[in-house]
Amino acid sequence: MPSIVKVEDLRKTYDNGLEALKGITLDIEEGEILALLGPNGAGKTTLISTICGITRPTSGRISVGGHDVQSEWRETRKLIGLVPQEINLEPFELVKNTLRFSRGLFGKPRNDALVDGVLKDLALYDRRGSRTSELSGGMRRRVLIAKALAHEPRVLFLDEPTAGVDVELRRDMWALAERLRADGVTIILTTHYIEEAEAIADRVGVINSGELLLVEKKSALMQRLGRKEIRIKLTEPVEAIPDVLAEYDLVRSEDGGSLTYAYKTTGERTGITRLLTAVQSAGLTLSDIQTRQSSLEEIFVRLVREDVA
Amino acid sequence: MNWYGIAAIWRFEMGRFLRSILQSIVSPVVATALYFVVFGAAIGSRMPEIESVDYGAFIVPGLIMLTVLQQSVQNAGFGIYFPKFIGTIYEVLSAPISSLEIVIGYVGAAATKSMLIGLIILVTSLFFVEFSIVHPVLMLAFLVLTSVSFSLLGFILGIWARNFEQLNLVPLLVVTPLVFLGGSFYSISMLPPFWQNVSLLNPVLYLVSGFRWSFFGTADVPVVASLAAIFVFAGLCLGIVWWIFRTGFRLKS
Ligand SMILES: Nc1ncnc2c1ncn2[C@@H]1O[C@H](COP(=O)(O)OP(=O)(O)OP(=O)(O)O)[C@@H](O)[C@H]1O
Ligand SMILES: [Mg+2]
Repeated sequence: MPSIVKVEDLRKTYDNGLEALKGITLDIEEGEILALLGPNGAGKTTLISTICGITRPTSGRISVGGHDVQSEWRETRKLIGLVPQEINLEPFELVKNTLRFSRGLFGKPRNDALVDGVLKDLALYDRRGSRTSELSGGMRRRVLIAKALAHEPRVLFLDEPTAGVDVELRRDMWALAERLRADGVTIILTTHYIEEAEAIADRVGVINSGELLLVEKKSALMQRLGRKEIRIKLTEPVEAIPDVLAEYDLVRSEDGGSLTYAYKTTGERTGITRLLTAVQSAGLTLSDIQTRQSSLEEIFVRLVREDVA
Repeated sequence: MNWYGIAAIWRFEMGRFLRSILQSIVSPVVATALYFVVFGAAIGSRMPEIESVDYGAFIVPGLIMLTVLQQSVQNAGFGIYFPKFIGTIYEVLSAPISSLEIVIGYVGAAATKSMLIGLIILVTSLFFVEFSIVHPVLMLAFLVLTSVSFSLLGFILGIWARNFEQLNLVPLLVVTPLVFLGGSFYSISMLPPFWQNVSLLNPVLYLVSGFRWSFFGTADVPVVASLAAIFVFAGLCLGIVWWIFRTGFRLKS
């Protein structure tokens, strides 16, 4: 896949001297969903704002759809839809008018059918005649998304789209992201919810204090950094770990009813077969076996902690 | 040019005006009526004609200018300050629309509103006094130029202002006094020579004088000076706006 957004050695130092981006290089492929994870203040919003032209870069290059965001801003901005982190809406304006405004602002002729379609997609059609100030927080966030979609962007930036959104709505949004991707829209979203990245992202980037720690395919990331655990439940509890099992670094549960074995999924040999044979020869009988994969959350916490250290 | 973008901003701003249409129109009409009662009827009846113009008619151009200037600065200032204040400005800044187009949209809408209000006052005043306009086309030209250039000033103010106090302070402390002292309700020839010369430093004097000339054919300063003043002023404002967008002043970090 060709890349649609290219960021090269991007640096941003704010006027107060704070270095929010310290040389970010990132290629975003056309049609993918990229999740940017990072703690508060990592620089996620700064990165997005700079690509969208709201914040000026201190140095570095950004191109969108092959156009430079500084010299060919008209071309790049036409391609981009932005859903900001903060809910900013003109309070007295009607929902449908704010969508029409967005569409016009991006240089597109009026198209009521399209606007209605977007409203329906976001379950806002019934509220199209309401003032934005009369909507709930979750609805307002959807209006922001609808405004960004009203001008048919090829690249959609969602800055924490599901903050303060209930579970059901979050799933609706994930479904919407899937539909948009099916239409070929590239989606970049920032989030604090690892499960969100796990649920919809193709690739995951981790940012911490202005540096991109990694960008990887979600599956590869989970595999590379992921650890798996096997929990072996025994029919009879054991007092201590038998000597024949010493080499496996097993962890005995408090009641002695189960033993846990950790292994890397990427290892050549996981040692599971040998372990199970050894367990049998130690005269233990199994009642159950569970496996568990470490979540992105654990991976993320580990990465950020290593970065600080 | 992103014409759809300009139209979107213009329509959006006009929508704000229409939502409060009653307030937008009633308040200038009431204010005008009050001025006529106080200045025209109460005081004017004891005033001599100024340069062979009846005093009631004499104050009409000044009155229109007063309102047009205030409205231009206020509307344009609020128009750009409010999205900055509530954060919706992000959308304009991230849209494929140039600074010139943004200015045309916001300033155009503010100027449209104040021209409409100016014309409403003109019509209202016809109920109180009798007069005819000597140079109607030039009168309209002055109205347009003044509305646009003071809307530009308001736009600058709206970007500069960090809070609502600052936004209201300039119209209150600068624009209104300049209009009152700019010969809106008197001819500067009625002042002692020293104050006449001081008045000549007031840019609004040139606007009011030129505007009044288009009504009655008489003026405090030559019409050419009035036109020059208004173009210099508009040029200055345009220059500042250009600088604002070039540097991102209080718009982009
Ligand atoms: N306008 C600004 N002026 C000065 N510093 C800023 C400005 N905006 C952001 N910063 C600083 O830049 C750093 C990165 O901020 P940014 O908003 O990009 O973080 P973020 O990753 O989006 O955080 P969050 O998850 O809380 O939204 C922070 O330290 C922040 O304080
Ligand atoms: Mg943020």
